[in-house]
Amino acid sequence: MTRVTEKQLETDRMILNFGPHHPSTHGTLRIIMELEGETVTKATPEIGYLHSGFEKLGEDLDFNQYITITDRMNYLSPLCNNVAYALAAEKLMELEVSKRTEYIRVLMCELSRIADHVLNVGMLAVDLGAMTAFLYGFRVRENIYDLFEIATGTRLTTSYTLVGGLMRDIPEGFDKAVLKVLDEVDEVVNDIETLLNKNRIWQNRTKNIGIISKENAISYGISGPMARASGIDWDIRVNEPYSSYEDFDFDVAIALNGDVFDRYLVRMEEVRQSIKICKQSLDKMPTGDVSIDPDLGFNLPPKDEVYNSIEGLIYHFEVTMPNRGMTPPVGEAYVPTESPNGELAFYIISDGNRTPYRVRTRPPSLINYSIFSKLIEGHMLSDAPAIIGSINVIAGELDR
Amino acid sequence: MSLEKTLSQIKGSFSDYVLGLTEYAGEQIIHIKGQGVIDVLKTFKDAGFNFLADLTAIDNLTLGGFERFAVVYHLLSHGSAERVTIKAYVPEDNPVLPSIESLWKTADWQEREVFDLFGIEFEGHPNLTRIMNPDDYEGHPLRKDYPRLGRKERYDFPVIDRGIQKQKRTE
Repeated sequence: MTRVTEKQLETDRMILNFGPHHPSTHGTLRIIMELEGETVTKATPEIGYLHSGFEKLGEDLDFNQYITITDRMNYLSPLCNNVAYALAAEKLMELEVSKRTEYIRVLMCELSRIADHVLNVGMLAVDLGAMTAFLYGFRVRENIYDLFEIATGTRLTTSYTLVGGLMRDIPEGFDKAVLKVLDEVDEVVNDIETLLNKNRIWQNRTKNIGIISKENAISYGISGPMARASGIDWDIRVNEPYSSYEDFDFDVAIALNGDVFDRYLVRMEEVRQSIKICKQSLDKMPTGDVSIDPDLGFNLPPKDEVYNSIEGLIYHFEVTMPNRGMTPPVGEAYVPTESPNGELAFYIISDGNRTPYRVRTRPPSLINYSIFSKLIEGHMLSDAPAIIGSINVIAGELDR
Repeated sequence: MSLEKTLSQIKGSFSDYVLGLTEYAGEQIIHIKGQGVIDVLKTFKDAGFNFLADLTAIDNLTLGGFERFAVVYHLLSHGSAERVTIKAYVPEDNPVLPSIESLWKTADWQEREVFDLFGIEFEGHPNLTRIMNPDDYEGHPLRKDYPRLGRKERYDFPVIDRGIQKQKRTE
């Protein structure tokens, strides 16, 4: 007599649509998965649901106007995008900004990095069922957004930089507010690590999941924390410093296994290093102006002058009117920056007009996401949210 | 190997492909013909430029250049922290060049994006389909002769007549 269980069960392949609207897809992405039982045998990511032609739009907006578009790309760390674009435009026009501008940019970028990483870890945790870490992370992220609101006026669409400077200086007492939030972040990072690091469920769900080898990471163009979790010792802030990053003393977080757990560890360590950079930046903050010499004809006058004096208004029009304004030289500039997701670069080509000839964004989300179908193969369906979460796909930047 | 050495090596061994060398704001740009892209990029890869940072294209319609389209490769060397830009030119009537997916897997999606938005084809690409736009989309949006207002598509939408609308439109 043969028992039923000894007979080989036959299974058909099942096609499963994951997304575009699924709570753990972090935006509108769709993955068509072929399942055998619960194992994913093939995954085809489909993107483009949020494609809004930002690059085409860039050909029609002048250099300062396009900064508002860069906010909308990576909506979790818009300030990093603002800074990256301003750096590319400044390199194209060969402008030098003041030391104070650079330090404030560093401070803002690092605060964005903290907000992004803490939220990313929180989202990864909530996708895997750990609600507490998510709430802790979200709380400090809100506090950091309050800081952005104090400095820039808004939480998300900051548009804080201008070509050749900043929209405005940081207000008085900002450093105290930052230090208060940083202490809170430090506490929350410790709390999250206490909750997760030695948690057996967390370890089972993240260790040995979605392993990227060093060779694959280079071949697939992976950058940022994902590459560093695979053992690639490359941080643009250290290796090709921009915006005075060479003045700061911090360590680069590296892990060797390249799985979801290591990516989580790298992100948490980067938050700690970012706290260090923020404190140094506040300590060493130089005094001075945050905009370049107005006689060069590049920067906008302060809003106070524009609204309250006729000269200011005329000068404002001189910069913004279609037949006037800044005239960059003919040329091109590609400036790589270390955004929370990886290498974010703007490639601006100018033909000498007031609008760029072409603006290309090097989107870390798109390039990091392209390895996904390779990572998920052979894993269980329930590992998909873990891998997507650890890649930190941001749909606005993915599709542009 | 340093960048200058590699550049002179490429200039020596692939003189048929190399169109010129330029420099802007400290960045080296090498201009080559489209068909030589695999040979040149392989030489760079062997010389330590192990990381393809970015792959994109430019439509030179009004900018001027050797040909209508330029496919741009940004390479990075993790060893020496140097970057180099390679521009491969393809003509308007036959915008085809070899795919470098065999050298770097990251080229897969980025070449699809260039194909989608510029209509440049890559020979030997495993899956050359549109990535940003729907598969039945017509035209290539980032070409300079593509209208920025999207007039054509909007006016081609089928209009459902509901009587009143028709009356209004004829007025």
